[in-house]
Amino acid sequence: MKKDIILAGVGGQGILSIAASIGLTAVDAGLFLKQAEVHGMSQRGGDVHSTLRLSDKEIASDLIPIGKADLILSVEPMESLRYLPMLSPDGWLITNTTAIENIPNYPGIDEVMAEIEKIPNHIALDAEEVAIEVGSSRSANMVILGAASPFLDLKVEDLENSIRKLFSRKGEKVVDLNLQAMHAGRKIALDKVS
Amino acid sequence: MTSISRSKLTNKLQFHTQKLLLLGDEAIAQAAIDAGLSGIFAYPGTPSTEITEYVQHSQEASDKNIRSAWSANEKTAMEAALGASYAGKRAMVCMKHVGLNVAADAFVNAGMTGANGGLIVVSADDPSMHSSQNEQDSRFYGKFAMIPTLEPSNQQEAYDMVYYGFELSEKLKTPVLLRITTRLAHSRAGVVRKAELQQNKLHLPTNPKQFILLPAIARKRYKGLIDNQAQFMEASESSGFNKYIDGDDKSLGIIVSGIAYNYLMENYSDRKVPYPVLKITQYPTPLSFIKKLVDACDEILILEEGYPMIEENLKGYLSIGLKVKGRLDGTLPRDGELNPNLVAKALGLEDTRGQDIPDLVVDRPPSLCVGCSHIDAYNALNEALSIYSGGRVFSDIGCYTLGALEPFNAINTCVDMGASITMAKGAADVGLVPAVAVIGDSTFTHSGMTGLLDAVNDNSPITIIIADNSTTGMTGGQKSSATGKIEAICIGLGVEEEHIRVIKPLVKFHEENTNIIKEELNYKGVSVIIPRRECIQTLSKRMRQKARVTPLVE
Repeated sequence: MKKDIILAGVGGQGILSIAASIGLTAVDAGLFLKQAEVHGMSQRGGDVHSTLRLSDKEIASDLIPIGKADLILSVEPMESLRYLPMLSPDGWLITNTTAIENIPNYPGIDEVMAEIEKIPNHIALDAEEVAIEVGSSRSANMVILGAASPFLDLKVEDLENSIRKLFSRKGEKVVDLNLQAMHAGRKIALDKVS
Repeated sequence: MTSISRSKLTNKLQFHTQKLLLLGDEAIAQAAIDAGLSGIFAYPGTPSTEITEYVQHSQEASDKNIRSAWSANEKTAMEAALGASYAGKRAMVCMKHVGLNVAADAFVNAGMTGANGGLIVVSADDPSMHSSQNEQDSRFYGKFAMIPTLEPSNQQEAYDMVYYGFELSEKLKTPVLLRITTRLAHSRAGVVRKAELQQNKLHLPTNPKQFILLPAIARKRYKGLIDNQAQFMEASESSGFNKYIDGDDKSLGIIVSGIAYNYLMENYSDRKVPYPVLKITQYPTPLSFIKKLVDACDEILILEEGYPMIEENLKGYLSIGLKVKGRLDGTLPRDGELNPNLVAKALGLEDTRGQDIPDLVVDRPPSLCVGCSHIDAYNALNEALSIYSGGRVFSDIGCYTLGALEPFNAINTCVDMGASITMAKGAADVGLVPAVAVIGDSTFTHSGMTGLLDAVNDNSPITIIIADNSTTGMTGGQKSSATGKIEAICIGLGVEEEHIRVIKPLVKFHEENTNIIKEELNYKGVSVIIPRRECIQTLSKRMRQKARVTPLVE
């Protein structure tokens, strides 16, 4: 088993909580893990990414080889496209459709979506909208995580446990919201794939 | 009481049997805590910051009374660590690569004094300049100071090398340089801990003159340092960190250092390279291993994360009789980080690449946060300067360096910590008047104060803006040594009190602030303007913590 995952977004969107949920699940399942993060200057509203490598064998490189990523998980649509050279031909791209337009020359969202539609294996969903339906827009991250969950080769119960562990400090209500958000995202992905 | 300490002990035992998931930086910190560290000294700098932060937040470190507060700069940190070593204790000092330039005087001379208690200097390099102004390679500093240098290839090795480094430092009475790069610093992997060691007892150097570098003594110490090189080499060849891994195909031999080893291995799914491989993670470069590889193989490929240091040494000026491939002959790029694909190409293996990035994807450069005080300071400065020709704003290293970008285009230089004040002074001294310096509060106490003293002594006509957001912002909001002290420092250095102006950088005060800057631009001496408003990031963090402590009543 090997999963190489790129998490993409804009500084401040909190992609690291997605990384932490997947990472914790992988470690609890006894897998090897390498997770690389971007710190420092780029965190200030610029494009950011984190990489996750999961494997049942020891992992050599902290960086994912270009063209070999199994998944791109993005919380912003244009950012999902920035990492296309990293994606393997049979890899999946899963992205939020809500744009962060903090730059003056952000392209038209329709054109961005048209590019995403060209990717053979993709799932695009409005994670904010789904999260609001569940109860809080702040769980949009967990919607994206849920949409990616069918592709992770991790047990969904294990993923639930990790979310419980990571958010227990913030109270039961937050845990429940995040679990619901994850399942809502998962359902959308499963429906699209089948 | 008993039950608390028992549960703490149980926690600790459980902790030790399981793998911890740690950033390279955190692995170094945890190892230092476990290996009997007494004090860690540092100034924040990406990608090294998390080492010290980990110790600061560690309950174990606090229980063990390990000192860990931030220093004013890397030089003061280096000297404090040397003092702790003098006193017989194990000490660590951490910095980013360019921080080692600041600490260089102390660092190179620490090679001359040697260590008493174990002393590890961590320098985190940033090839590809993710968050830095250059990609200098700290291994050259190790060679320059003539001390052993360690370059771990992964998180576990980083942990293990801290243990080994302290031991080596005390055995050979030398500081040890631990060089890491961004990818290792900021990548997480499983790490197994070792048994904890006790801290050293205070004990002074057996030779009372060891740390007195008067010329007559220094000359002797330098001869001693030269003599020690043989022992350092012997350590490199026997520690087990440098490995010669034989391969059947002798048409090529590979020398690979530090993290580049992982990129090599990534290209062989069974982790078996057909060629002989010399993995280097400890310096001085193990000569007998190099000779063995060169004798056995037709051609040598060198994979180094950083400058082509081993490559240059192996080639010499004329590269006589050797076929060497690497960064110097174009087999690999001359600059930037390595990755598995670049190594694949160098080995003649298949390179892979997904689809191209669609043309519509545009850059998203970092920018000042919404609500950042620097925005208001720059808006006022830009307006006050609009009557002058451009090109007269000298800035510095910090979040406010983003003032170089759209929409501000407010600054003209960014070179090194503290250079804003001194460059403005130099330009003003030769006629560029008015000249403006823009420096942050933490950078000011790091390296700006002495430059300000120069300006005062010369009465240079400059206006210095000390943008005080009361934190070290760019690295994530660490405590600033300047907080609450800036006016007193300026007065103490001789700035006239009426030319120290504190302003509140908010939109509603824009006109007032602009006028104050205009007034000081007209003054033909040293002025200091202090726009003061807390960093929006530390403010919101503080508010969130407060909300957590006092839950809302339902």
